[in-house]
Amino acid sequence: MSLTTYGWLVIAFPLAGSIILGLGHKVLKGKTAGAIGSSAILLSFLSGLGALRSLQSRPEGSRQVVSSLWTYAHTGGLDVQFSILVDPLSLLMVLVVAGVSTLIHLYSVAYMASDEGYVRFFAYLNFFVFSMLMLVLAGNLILLAVGWGLVGAASYLLISFWYRRNTATKAGIKAFVINVVGDVGIVLGAIVIIQGTGAVDLLTVFAKAPHVWHTNDPQIVVGCLLLMVGAFAKSAQVPFHTWLPDAMEGPTPVSALIHAATMVTAGVYLIARMHPLFQIATTASDVGAIGGAVTLLVAATIGLVVTDLKRVIAYSTMSQIGYMIMAVSAGVYGAGLFHLMTHAFFKALLFMAAGSVIGAMAGEQNLDRMGGFRKVMPITYGCFIVGGLALSGIPPFSGFFSKDDILLGLGTQGGWYWALYVAGYVGALMTAIYTFRMIFRAFHGEPCEEAKSLADGRLFHAAEHRNPGDGTLEDTGVGYPGAKHHIAERSPSMSISMGVLAILATIGGVIQLPKVTNTLDHFLDPTFRDSPKFGIPIDYNLMAIGMVIGAVLGLLGIYMAWVIWVKKPGTSARIQARFALPYKLFSNKWYFDEIIAFLIVRPFAATGRFFQRTVERVVVDGAITAGPVSIARASSAAVRSWQSGMLRAYAAAVIVGAALVVLYLMLQA
Amino acid sequence: MNIGWYLAVSTIIFAIGAAGVLTKRNALVILLCLELMLNAGNLALVAFSRMWGNGDGQIFAIIVMVVAACEVTVGLGLIVAIHRRGLAVDADELSELRG
Amino acid sequence: MAPLIFFIASIGAIAGAIGVIALRNPFYGVLSLVGHLLCLAALFLLLHAEFLAAAQVIVYAGGVMVLYVFVVAYVGGSGESLGASHGWLRVLTPVFVGVLLIELMVATLGSGLKAVGTEGADIQASFGSPAEIGELLLTRFLFPFEVASLLLLVAAIGAVGLARRRSGFTVGDAPLDAAARSASPPKGSGTMAEAAGDRPVFGGKVGDQ
Repeated sequence: MSLTTYGWLVIAFPLAGSIILGLGHKVLKGKTAGAIGSSAILLSFLSGLGALRSLQSRPEGSRQVVSSLWTYAHTGGLDVQFSILVDPLSLLMVLVVAGVSTLIHLYSVAYMASDEGYVRFFAYLNFFVFSMLMLVLAGNLILLAVGWGLVGAASYLLISFWYRRNTATKAGIKAFVINVVGDVGIVLGAIVIIQGTGAVDLLTVFAKAPHVWHTNDPQIVVGCLLLMVGAFAKSAQVPFHTWLPDAMEGPTPVSALIHAATMVTAGVYLIARMHPLFQIATTASDVGAIGGAVTLLVAATIGLVVTDLKRVIAYSTMSQIGYMIMAVSAGVYGAGLFHLMTHAFFKALLFMAAGSVIGAMAGEQNLDRMGGFRKVMPITYGCFIVGGLALSGIPPFSGFFSKDDILLGLGTQGGWYWALYVAGYVGALMTAIYTFRMIFRAFHGEPCEEAKSLADGRLFHAAEHRNPGDGTLEDTGVGYPGAKHHIAERSPSMSISMGVLAILATIGGVIQLPKVTNTLDHFLDPTFRDSPKFGIPIDYNLMAIGMVIGAVLGLLGIYMAWVIWVKKPGTSARIQARFALPYKLFSNKWYFDEIIAFLIVRPFAATGRFFQRTVERVVVDGAITAGPVSIARASSAAVRSWQSGMLRAYAAAVIVGAALVVLYLMLQA
Repeated sequence: MNIGWYLAVSTIIFAIGAAGVLTKRNALVILLCLELMLNAGNLALVAFSRMWGNGDGQIFAIIVMVVAACEVTVGLGLIVAIHRRGLAVDADELSELRG
Repeated sequence: MAPLIFFIASIGAIAGAIGVIALRNPFYGVLSLVGHLLCLAALFLLLHAEFLAAAQVIVYAGGVMVLYVFVVAYVGGSGESLGASHGWLRVLTPVFVGVLLIELMVATLGSGLKAVGTEGADIQASFGSPAEIGELLLTRFLFPFEVASLLLLVAAIGAVGLARRRSGFTVGDAPLDAAARSASPPKGSGTMAEAAGDRPVFGGKVGDQ
């Protein structure tokens, strides 16, 4: 099969899976839906592998292939095809997305087993994978925007999956609205680009771009900034990040897939894909790099104080994506995408393990109430340790190599990128601290109630089911996680998927060991060849220094966490008291929610209320609607009065009518 | 007598019948006046039949008589039914078909 | 001879018509109509429509009017005077009727048909005879003939249906009380007045739909 056939199959399988599951939601019983969903994604992944083999068998110069199914629109000077672009970058994304998705589907087969909406879940999940794959394979700006929007929609569907929970639906709406703001950015950016180059197809745009705009031309800067709005909204970067912590309302597999490995990396992919444009618009690239760095630090500080287990991992995602955005904005493409891949592994692993813990806690996610799970859930503990070490950048785990690669690339370029370099390492220290804070609090210390009951061999069940977020009573009839909880230790599909990810998180680094293997850079060469920043020779001294600093900071962070939370238990309270003001700032998430509410939400709500009260009620209801209505009423009342029920009046009318007719006929003759 | 006379008589009877329909309250009398109008029409038809010299008008008049008979049947049946319900057989009072 | 009979018959017919509307007692009105019909039969004879005259006497005066007599005897009904009771009808009726009369006169007598001024076309002796009527009915006017018989059937069935004794009120029962006699459709049943807000729906005020 040819390369492009594989490419289309990659998209076709999840779409087919989603449709089959959607149409058959009444007839599919038991775990069939899970099997169908997982196999659809597995087939997609295998198609991706086939495409990879086919791509690598081609000569180096022709590894960017466009394939079009039909002409979508051919009007106004634009030729929009329904086309995909298969090249190393998109295939890397395809393999990461499809691979991690397969494992997460496998995990969900057991995790969601007792949920009423089991089939719906897999249908949505398949739909999401389809839209994400379409996004990364899109060959023109239009299809990219379509995939972008569909991914946002899928995210909304999945975040508010347990739709009877108020908190979940609010979170879904928040995510969707912020994503739509990003969509507007994408569309406007695309318009600017199309207007400049006159083309929609990506390769054509890239070929024309250097001839249309000179470096830092205002038009392309605006266009790239708009694209970046979209990227930031999708990847939860400051200031469009407020939806990501709330999105943890969704089931854990959703968090693992969407908010760790795939959707939030769409922004990174976008900037990497549009790199020819971003290289011309250097201002936009700089803004992106700074935005990534800021997010990195802000998210890490918040992660230090948050008490919800999944939200810690969410903020860590935000922080790591900050690294990636910083990297691709600054031109360090290979490292940024390498980190994307390794991050997908260990972050999904962390989320899955967190799901296991939450299952044991009967839905409770608050770190304050957890403790001592180390002995009763050893596999989960092991996965957390592996993921945590990878996240903190400890050698020889994969995260170490990818993070250092990014920072090395930044440092090699020099100039004001040194500030980003330092920020990156500060962030690494904080990463280690909050990661192990999470691990130590959940797994060490005094066993909590749930851990004790698990030690006795029973899963803890709450007396009445309450929403862990705000304590309201749950509607257990529908749209609610089932009463049975699952922990990884007990179900094979969950442990297998976690195990695979743990292995990948451990050994994934070998793909791009500095000086030893340079697989990823070589692989991505056809895509980024035209970039002057790609393939800059490595400064090996800096590399060695960076690796040492990185390892030291990581270990230092773990040690600090251990001291604060394990060795001397009261320390964290003392630090909170001493640094009360920063603590307040961090625990209120830097007040972003409040600022956005004040600046945007309240004016909009007020405007809406004004329009409802004044314009709609007075003008529309009063003048515009009431006018014709009352006219109709009056005229029909007038006509109705003729129907008096008086027979004689009717007879009189008949006679008068007859007389008139005769008169008319007489006059005619 | 030429045909015009017969037509004049027919017209007068028709007008009298119309006056009765408009003024009377008793439903029975209204029906009677309707009969008057029908008969006036019959007279006119027969007169014209004589004028043209073929029997079409007379056939028409026969059919009119049939229709009148049917109408009387149903109309009187209605009046009987109304009377059975205890309502007054008065056109002004039977005004429920009011809009 | 013929003009004399014409004048007697037409005066009789007109008198009978006036009698129908002028007499108070409906029974007398029916009898007046019978007289009118007989005069009309004479006029038919003058117009050479023998069969029709016979049919008029037998069917109309003899059948339909007998029906009327029966019903009048059963129902009775109050008689009232000639004048209309409603104010406006009182004024307008003579106007309408007068207009109609004049119009029709003008239409029939003042038309351009020259034949109206003659005695009519030349005819055979068999004009208007039963044989000719029968031949016309069965050849040229077969379809109206059949339809008329169907109409008679329908009317007969309708009459039987109307006369059926239904459960509920019969003659012997006490008459309906005033509320039921006014017999408006029940509130909320969706008359147009309710829809337009002129009649309250469920006892509420007008206009608060």
